[in-house]
Amino acid sequence: MQKNSNLENVLRGVAITAIILFFMFPILWIFLMSFQTNETILRVPPSPFFEPTLTNYRSLISGKLEGSTATLEIAFMSNLYNSLFLSVTSVTVGLILGVPAAYAFARLKFRGSEDIAFTLLSFRFAPPLLVLLPLTIYFQQIGLADTYGGLIWVYQLIVLPLILWIVRGYFEDIPADIEYAYRIAGHSFWATFRKIALPLAGPGIAAAGLLAFIFAWNNFIFALVLASADKQPVTVGALAFITASGINYGQIAAGIMLSIAPTFALALYAQRYLVEGLSLGAVKG
Amino acid sequence: MATSTTGDPSRRKFTINKKYLPYLLSLPALLTCIGILIPFFTAVAYSLQRYRLSQPWAQKYNWGENYINFMTDPSFWNTLKVSMTYAFVTVGVELLLGLGIALLLQKRTRFNNFVSIMLLMPLMTAPALASLMWKLMTNPGFGVLSYFAETIGIEDMRWASDPSTAMLTVVIVDVWVYTPFIMILLLAGLRSLPRQPFEAAELDAVPRLFVFWRITLPMLTPFLLTATLFRVIESIQQFDIIYAMTQGGPGDTLTVFQVEAYLNFFQSTNVGRSAALLMILWAITYFLSNIFIKNWLRLREKARGGA
Repeated sequence: MQKNSNLENVLRGVAITAIILFFMFPILWIFLMSFQTNETILRVPPSPFFEPTLTNYRSLISGKLEGSTATLEIAFMSNLYNSLFLSVTSVTVGLILGVPAAYAFARLKFRGSEDIAFTLLSFRFAPPLLVLLPLTIYFQQIGLADTYGGLIWVYQLIVLPLILWIVRGYFEDIPADIEYAYRIAGHSFWATFRKIALPLAGPGIAAAGLLAFIFAWNNFIFALVLASADKQPVTVGALAFITASGINYGQIAAGIMLSIAPTFALALYAQRYLVEGLSLGAVKG
Repeated sequence: MATSTTGDPSRRKFTINKKYLPYLLSLPALLTCIGILIPFFTAVAYSLQRYRLSQPWAQKYNWGENYINFMTDPSFWNTLKVSMTYAFVTVGVELLLGLGIALLLQKRTRFNNFVSIMLLMPLMTAPALASLMWKLMTNPGFGVLSYFAETIGIEDMRWASDPSTAMLTVVIVDVWVYTPFIMILLLAGLRSLPRQPFEAAELDAVPRLFVFWRITLPMLTPFLLTATLFRVIESIQQFDIIYAMTQGGPGDTLTVFQVEAYLNFFQSTNVGRSAALLMILWAITYFLSNIFIKNWLRLREKARGGA
């Protein structure tokens, strides 16, 4: 360690500073922008010093944007609610469907299990539009067009493979002997699953659920194609912002901050599982 | 082998309905996915049809015509070129940058861990929202980056709205969002490497550059390969960043596969061409994901066994 020369330490410091600057600056800048009015945002040269104001957040939350000429109604809070509702329900459905399946794939090697598991995994890598475009036509025919149910079903495309593959890994980590012992003591298969396997894989299931939530929250293309204005999550809703007239830039910035805050919080909370989840269990964190 | 044969009969004894149980447990998940397979086959059929939403009565099979037309269609070749360029440049830059950062943060210090957690934030930002953030920063009127460009002598930089810098702009956003992904994968890889070769090299005072090329890099290759394939598969399908930034424009500068297919479907209502484009994209990703899954399985085996 003493081999590190002074020059090298300086270079290292410069590199790390540059990296932090590049990756953190946009978040910081938009954060600052969200507390400004158009007057200070449009100043030349731009400056990080200004008198902060909460008006942007206040008008987003109340849904009324006070323009110079008229008051504009904006549905940002309902976008936020849609994001929350769609993500929570799709993850719940994903867990209900995925956890028993993951257990089956981990414990009971049955005929075709690997093939089925791979088919499920390959959904993760197929172009989403390939499925979405025909669905727009089908959904109209079967009455799922523009319903939460239809969206939640399509969201399984991202949620289910993630849950299945992460949770399967956690089940495989539990020594099967514990479960055998419990079975020999006279408990049913179902009781073993509920009382032994589920609690032991609990942290893994929670991590998979959190990650799936982040992916569902950040999804853009599904809702862009399938959801109408009143079902849109923030990712799609915020985009409409920038083209809408009469909206202040500070309000767009505030909208972005409110939309990314939940995933940031969850990521911080679940950071221990992020590596494993993002690589579908290929790399242990 | 011997252990598994002695284990089997005892297991069979107390799982009476063993035969149907796994199917029963995975059935709901399978049904959901079969529901997704149907539209996939529909897309295959569409790609073999002349089908325009504006002329539904003229819908009929023209078999390979959509695909044959691509051969002489300059806009298809443009799509292919733009998608390949995008995937190649983004993943290339992200790989180099991600590896560099991972090496810088390799040592487990409190500071390094803090930095690596901070760097996760861009990855947790929805790509569409990330585009929006960069759009606010590159606005010609008040964008802070436009101002920076001007101070270093680049007059009137128009970022995503200028054909000559549009690709650069979306690549920067992609690099901003996804470099942390490669970084954390490689960081986990680096930290999982066995220590002995490095200790031996240090004892022998082997030059560090030599250690990097001959020990670190070869041992890191499976991780590099996984990260690269993962990213190439995603990057060649990129939609969110490009659509949110420019909707494929200006002109056809950024009409990558999924953006072009989306525009074909919703703007020119040409379902047949849209589906054929997606089928070609699917073939590319299917080929890549097969290699990926094989490599990923090996790594997963090692992660489980070696931990």
